[in-house]
Amino acid sequence: MAVERLLKDEATEEKGERARMASFIGAVAIADLVKTTLGPKGMDKILQSTGRGRSVTVTNDGATILKSLHIDNPAAKVLVDISKVQDDEVGDGTTSVVVLAGELLREAEKLTNANVHPMTIIAGYRMAAECARNALLQKVLDNKEDPEKFKSDLMNIARTTLSSKILSQDKEHFAKLAVEAVFRLKGSTNLEAIQIIKKAGGSLVDSFLDEGFILDKKIGIGQPKRIENAKILVANTAMDTDKVKIYGARVRVDSMAKVAEIETAEKEKMREKVQKIIAHGINCFINRQLIYNFPEELFADAGILSIEHADFEGIERLALVTGGEIASTFDNPESVKLGHCKLIEEIMIGEDRLIKFSEVEMGQACTVVLRGASQHVLDEAERSLHDALCVLSQTVNDTRVLLGGGWPEMVMAKEVDDLARKTPGKRSLAVEAFSRSLQAIPTIIADNAGLDSAELISQLRAEHHKQKSNAGIDVISGSVGDMEKLGISESFKVKQAVLRSATEAAEMILRVDQIITCAPRRREDRM
Amino acid sequence: MALAFDEYGRPFIIIREQDKKSRLRGLDAQKANITAGKAVARILRTSLGPKGMDKMLQSPDGDVTITNDGATILEQMDVDNQIAKLMVELSRSQDYEIGDGTTGVVVLAGALLEQAEKLLERGIHPVRIAEGYEMASRIAVEHLEHIAQKFEYSVSNIEPLVQTCMTTLSSKIVSRCKRTIAEIAVKAVLAVADLERKDVNLDLIKVEGKVGGKLEDTELIYGILVDKDMSHPQMPKRIEDAKIAILTCPFEPPKPKTKHKVDIDTVEKFQTLRHQEQKYFNDMVQKCKDVGATLVICQWGFDDEANHLLMHHNLPAVRWVGGVELELIAIATGGRIVPRFQELTPEKLGKAGIVREKSFGTTKDRMLYIEQCANSRAVTIFIRGGNKMMIEETKRSLHDALCVARNLIRNNFIVYGGGSAEISCSIAVESGADGYPGVEQYAIRSFAEALDSIPMALAENSGLQPIETLSAVKSQHIKEKTPFCGIDCNDVGTNNMQEQFVFETLIGKRQQILLATQVVKMILKIDDVISPSDY
Repeated sequence: MAVERLLKDEATEEKGERARMASFIGAVAIADLVKTTLGPKGMDKILQSTGRGRSVTVTNDGATILKSLHIDNPAAKVLVDISKVQDDEVGDGTTSVVVLAGELLREAEKLTNANVHPMTIIAGYRMAAECARNALLQKVLDNKEDPEKFKSDLMNIARTTLSSKILSQDKEHFAKLAVEAVFRLKGSTNLEAIQIIKKAGGSLVDSFLDEGFILDKKIGIGQPKRIENAKILVANTAMDTDKVKIYGARVRVDSMAKVAEIETAEKEKMREKVQKIIAHGINCFINRQLIYNFPEELFADAGILSIEHADFEGIERLALVTGGEIASTFDNPESVKLGHCKLIEEIMIGEDRLIKFSEVEMGQACTVVLRGASQHVLDEAERSLHDALCVLSQTVNDTRVLLGGGWPEMVMAKEVDDLARKTPGKRSLAVEAFSRSLQAIPTIIADNAGLDSAELISQLRAEHHKQKSNAGIDVISGSVGDMEKLGISESFKVKQAVLRSATEAAEMILRVDQIITCAPRRREDRM
Repeated sequence: MALAFDEYGRPFIIIREQDKKSRLRGLDAQKANITAGKAVARILRTSLGPKGMDKMLQSPDGDVTITNDGATILEQMDVDNQIAKLMVELSRSQDYEIGDGTTGVVVLAGALLEQAEKLLERGIHPVRIAEGYEMASRIAVEHLEHIAQKFEYSVSNIEPLVQTCMTTLSSKIVSRCKRTIAEIAVKAVLAVADLERKDVNLDLIKVEGKVGGKLEDTELIYGILVDKDMSHPQMPKRIEDAKIAILTCPFEPPKPKTKHKVDIDTVEKFQTLRHQEQKYFNDMVQKCKDVGATLVICQWGFDDEANHLLMHHNLPAVRWVGGVELELIAIATGGRIVPRFQELTPEKLGKAGIVREKSFGTTKDRMLYIEQCANSRAVTIFIRGGNKMMIEETKRSLHDALCVARNLIRNNFIVYGGGSAEISCSIAVESGADGYPGVEQYAIRSFAEALDSIPMALAENSGLQPIETLSAVKSQHIKEKTPFCGIDCNDVGTNNMQEQFVFETLIGKRQQILLATQVVKMILKIDDVISPSDY
């Protein structure tokens, strides 16, 4: 008797070798997809959304690419997931982590074909990852004590991160920008205080860092355009008609006169509210909600600058940087904390008028205004800058730094190779494979730059066999160079996260010997 | 298809829409059922033991789960066959009762079915087989109790507990840091355990996961972790010696349940209503303040105005806290959940040493730690890991470990793992079989053989020669009378489970054998399967 059907219709099940093959193929395909974006000479991808408008994104940020893909292969989903986590945790290295995991699986596939049990491969990978991490820890540079050097480290990291992005042309400019912005944060990883405003027009070089805070809003009509020594009240309150919040209340009148009466009462109420607000002794009022014409006029009369409809994030940031509190009731003016800043003025960027708050209470805040030829360029520039800022802010907390340009991979590969030679048993095959996967990263960087990777990698390996080598791939000149002299650095934290997540993901996929896919949920076709 | 005829020779229909139903009867039905049961067991067989493999499951919505927890695999497998569903139930009930050994129980049931099939072919009546199995399971359980050892632990000496939890964890993906997790699990269980009554309420242990960081960062928090942040961005992020008001009423004007309307027709009314409204807000905040609360935790949302008033009165607040979490907070801080502002009294406030907000990574994720609570009987385990699947799997593994620790506190007898208990039982059943006259003897012998299949699967998964290894260990058992020899899965070099510290709980093992026998008995007794044929 044949085996009864166990699963529901359309549910599929793959076992053993086939399951493993399916996940290898899926994972490797994803890795190959983002592989070409790796390194300073990596290429970009165009992503077109299936939604309305078919909007287009041009990017070489691994996490962004993978996030936008619709993937069906479960193993590939695991890789997308790790890239997302890498983005959340450290912000950079999203491509590297996927490529490394892909390479680890590619090597593992060869080993399983040679009849090594996946569990043995996992054991080997674990050993190798631990050893690689220790190798990095030994070679790590830490310039925490020396602020000058540390700053140059940060500059190097910023330059290295940016060099693979669209900003690479002006990386010097942007690196400086990012480092300055991060230094203003004074060690906090709260990137909220750095605001990025995108304005199309001009070129990327015209982008600038502005101390202070810029709000993309208009000042009410007839109100002062420039205020010195501003006292700011940040509020979240209804300035249209104040609804009665008691449940079930409604207005019911029986004559026109009464309507008028109630209307006046309402107006009176609003006037009272405005009076109360003015009584705070402010000269700038910023509200999250709309301000109707009537109160706006009242404010203008009192010579107060009022800004309406600042969105939620804007409000929170403003409150944060000016040091005020977000108020919703106005009965006790003496205890409400007001925000302060030296100067509020309207400025012009391109065609647009913006409001700038200079010399705010919290010195950490700053705004980066990005200029660029098109919206796509700006979007990509923002992503790149975000990556750089993330890495820098993480590095400020964990000051350990490594050299870049494939140097850490080669250092790890060498140590792991040594370990492979010492390890008895089949595990050594896996350890060796790990080292090969590590070397694949500089290989890909070289390949992407159109260089002779085989030649370069062998040179690099020979170079690393000497004690204390700083050799890495110099993509610009196409040769092996001294990374320390070239000033190419990477953050230790990023590298460590790449190593760990990639190994974890590879291990997870390797452990699978059966894939069961449930029948996809039927969606009603409403179209 | 059997048709009944009435006295005039006309067929009459017994089952509604009889022609549309497919029907299996007699031996065919039994064999079909057995095949289905075996098929389920075969899926899980490779997941058994420390070297077992994982399964990747894709849900109808496309989410991916990677696990080797038997109960989870079966639960998410979208099983359609009736008998297969019985097996799923089996694994689930093991999960509810014991929490661990969910894979083992299914594999054992599968092996029993396989043996039953052979007996059926010899023409033994299924009910006789079922009875034989019943007797055999009694022998096995008796023997288990005989070889079980009492297991000494105390609050100061948790080492044995940790070792047992490590056995459970070694088969999971978290085996890399099983030591850390096992310690966390044991400490968590001991923190909430009532050693007098030998009872543990696992509800008091909350397991939270957050993507990011590494597995080693997983920590045990003697307090509560809430995935929420302060309602107002400018409220203090750290409160010491907090007195917590736990509310289930919103900071909003009351909404009476009876339908009503407030009509405004004069200016006076409009104004009184306005004052009334303001008074509501002021009163609410004032009441919290009056009883001396320094932190408000609320199940519902706040109105903007209330939020500001709270901020203004320097009263930090957390909103939208879920009901379960609210209860845990109440238990941990020794507070009472207050449904109305009027009922707020100082005695009803909860107390905690430190409440602090902590942010993670580059995103704006924040969490609230409530620590050093008045009543430390509620703890939280906070899992970190590389990705979501990893966290989910860790949660499941941790659940197993927690259950094991709890079972040990309830009943501190252990048996040795690595298949040693099964081998020992198998020998006992085998020799016990001779004492039974009649056909049952065959069934009892088959039961012994089925028990062997667990160590066999373990050896197979570990890449050992199954038959050689098993027979070697078996002969060792008989020669040296050592019930603690099992399969050396990790290639340590000894098969003495006492030395390898591989323990399992007695109740877990006993439950496995009893449950598997029961389900197999049930399947064997089915001789007619009627199902709609058009599926």
